[in-house]
Amino acid sequence: MTAPAACLTVVETGPLTTVQDAGRLGQGAMGIGRSGACDRGAYRLANRMVGNYDGAAVLEVTFGGLVLRADTDVLLVTTGARSAGVPHNAPLTLAAGEHLVLGPPVTGARTYVAVRGGIDVPAVLGSRSTDLLAGLGPDVLSAGDRLPIGHSAGRMPGVDVAVVPEPEAGEVVVRVQPGPRRDWFTEDAWASLHSQRYTVTSQSNRVGLRLDGVPLERANTNELSSEGMVRGALQIPLSGTPLLFLADHPVTGGYPVVGYVIDEDVDRCGQLRTGQTLRFTTRG
Amino acid sequence: MRVLPSGSDALLIELDDLEEVLAHYTALREECLAGVIDIVPAARTVLLVIDPATTDLGEVGRAVGQLRPRPERQSTGALVEIPVIYDGEDLDEVASVLGCDADEVVRRHAGDAWTVAFCGFAPGFGYLAGASGGWDVPRKSSPRTSVPPGSVALAGEFSGVYPRASPGGWQLIGRTELDVFDLHRDPPALLRPGTPVRFVDVGRS
Repeated sequence: MTAPAACLTVVETGPLTTVQDAGRLGQGAMGIGRSGACDRGAYRLANRMVGNYDGAAVLEVTFGGLVLRADTDVLLVTTGARSAGVPHNAPLTLAAGEHLVLGPPVTGARTYVAVRGGIDVPAVLGSRSTDLLAGLGPDVLSAGDRLPIGHSAGRMPGVDVAVVPEPEAGEVVVRVQPGPRRDWFTEDAWASLHSQRYTVTSQSNRVGLRLDGVPLERANTNELSSEGMVRGALQIPLSGTPLLFLADHPVTGGYPVVGYVIDEDVDRCGQLRTGQTLRFTTRG
Repeated sequence: MRVLPSGSDALLIELDDLEEVLAHYTALREECLAGVIDIVPAARTVLLVIDPATTDLGEVGRAVGQLRPRPERQSTGALVEIPVIYDGEDLDEVASVLGCDADEVVRRHAGDAWTVAFCGFAPGFGYLAGASGGWDVPRKSSPRTSVPPGSVALAGEFSGVYPRASPGGWQLIGRTELDVFDLHRDPPALLRPGTPVRFVDVGRS
């Protein structure tokens, strides 16, 4: 008799839970974006803590609310936004029949749940990431889904708990550098980008953060041909207020990118909640 | 050519026209610059995304400066023929913009030699440029909330085929049964940069 395949059952999903990995690389020329975990650092940490190979698929839980039932004994970890009452950044074993219940996060927006062996749903174009903009990859999780767990994992790291900074509450400051269309904006606009406090609006999602603030003034009113961009882009649509692109951003965009949040700081943007304030500082 | 900054891990090469974009894109694909993990051509630009663990932007920028574009190699791969039923809702509007009748629009569209210049907007959505260069069609003033999959359309200097239902502002001139983006095919996207394309008129209804 063979052992039953390792599996997790989704009891509740919270507002949004998706499967994510490192994303689809190198397919931009076909109009396919990278997608993948919004907070790549927390994603990588999650896999390391349970001895998974790089690139294994995990769950990205937005604002908690996920309830999982283990159908067999599983080893898992939560990273990113901490849920009260659940061990965090520390591997734990869930025995068959036990539940993992993620309450609302203390700070931050996105919690990562890695299971030793990885979430083994079928890959689409080389990745198990759900790209919400492109409609590619596994479906968004629903209650009742059964998630197969893979068999392949490496050595456990021998670390009981990882000491990493928690996602920030309140005002967050990130570094920006000039983007390809910096010169499409006035000097005053560039100064304004650095001096104001932007508010994260409720129209924010995995595609990007829609920020509210004083509109930036254009130095010209030319129409831009769509051009390629990567995460961290501060695209300025006609409204004049920035859209900060995250994991599921479009491959190309037709509004000028005034600046880029440096890649190292984009993970922290992926943890911002509606109503938090964001300031930009010169790369230093 | 100008090389513009595009974040910590990318460079944006700005060029004069579509021909230059395709010539550079072809050269970049053939050169396989070390550490470049994605190349995204667009109408006037090529974005290079690097892996910062293996290279840096300075090194890639220098390699780009020494690139020899391949203007002679713009069209690559086998010809894709797209059968079209030319019964699009905007056919008459396009005809009036181009100063001809609907039959003439169909003749020109099916008679032109098209090349996929770049992809974007949605997975597998190719922007096709016509060799005749005679296309200049404004977008709809108000985009449709849903364009059916397989719609064959025009906007600006480009033609395209909607891979699936989506909102869209292009002028619809016809439809095809051909699935231009199929996840069960390898590669899934039929229309990749450089692919030569012909539209074949298979009637109006």
